Amino acid sequence: MWRWFHKLGSPKWFYAISGRWLPWFAVAALLLLSVGTVWALMFAPADYQQGNSFRIIYIHVPAAFLAQSGYVIMAVAGAIGLIWKMKLADVMAKCCAPIGASFTFLALVTGAVWGKPTWGAWWVWDARLTSMLVLLFLYLGVVALQSAFTDRNQAARASALLSLVGLVNIPIIKYSVEWWNTLHQPASLTLTEKPAMPAEMWVPLLIMVAGFYCFFTVVLLMRARVELLDRERRTGWVKDIISSGKS
Amino acid sequence: MYFESFSEFLAMGGHGKYVWIAYGLAAMIFALNLVMPMLKRKRLIVEQTRQLRREELHASDS
Repeated sequence: MWRWFHKLGSPKWFYAISGRWLPWFAVAALLLLSVGTVWALMFAPADYQQGNSFRIIYIHVPAAFLAQSGYVIMAVAGAIGLIWKMKLADVMAKCCAPIGASFTFLALVTGAVWGKPTWGAWWVWDARLTSMLVLLFLYLGVVALQSAFTDRNQAARASALLSLVGLVNIPIIKYSVEWWNTLHQPASLTLTEKPAMPAEMWVPLLIMVAGFYCFFTVVLLMRARVELLDRERRTGWVKDIISSGKS
Repeated sequence: MYFESFSEFLAMGGHGKYVWIAYGLAAMIFALNLVMPMLKRKRLIVEQTRQLRREELHASDS
């Protein structure tokens, strides 16, 4: 276990192994997302109350899931970097931030576009929406902090602290629909209960969620690999990669 | 297939505008997330190749 941990911390080893994983995640993401999108747009039945605007759920829910899990991953990676001074964890935490921010943005905007025909308003200051907006600001704060320091270790430390403090927002997002009166509907998918929707509605939703997670893995690995090349540019293995001309 | 015709599919029962904005934006976010690390990687490799060549020249001078 410890040897594995040390190995995983080695940038060279990680670069090699992630290069082997990437195509598989890319293929899985492509397959899941194309099947999911076609199913969502063309085959899933319309909602009896919301009509076809309900199809936005297939973007909105996976984006919101990813926004929150991405944040937890970023905070955990940040904590590992803080405690064990593991460089790779710092890299991961840094690379999560812009991706997570983009998916939080997507969740918010698709929510607004769905809210207009459903609630009659693009935006309401309700608990779920506000706590998601706070999540976006937390992500943007981490992105800003990461570039605010010339010293990488300082940047990693400050960002990790901010992400850990912001972690408190995650249960607030989750329970916001239960703690406060809100327009937002409660969870569509839970681990413990059977969904209230028919299978031809929730199966494509699950496929989309899986596709979004695979895509997140792909772009996270891509970013982390570039970041590693940049940080390790003075080492032999990176020079070999650069001079051999292959990516 | 849920829709009878392609125009019905585009119209989304009057909600076409909202559905297509949402899916279009998603496509943009996905593309952006893919393109950004690719560009950064390209730039880094060009930069580093130049740097390595400079160092080699320097080494052969002295």
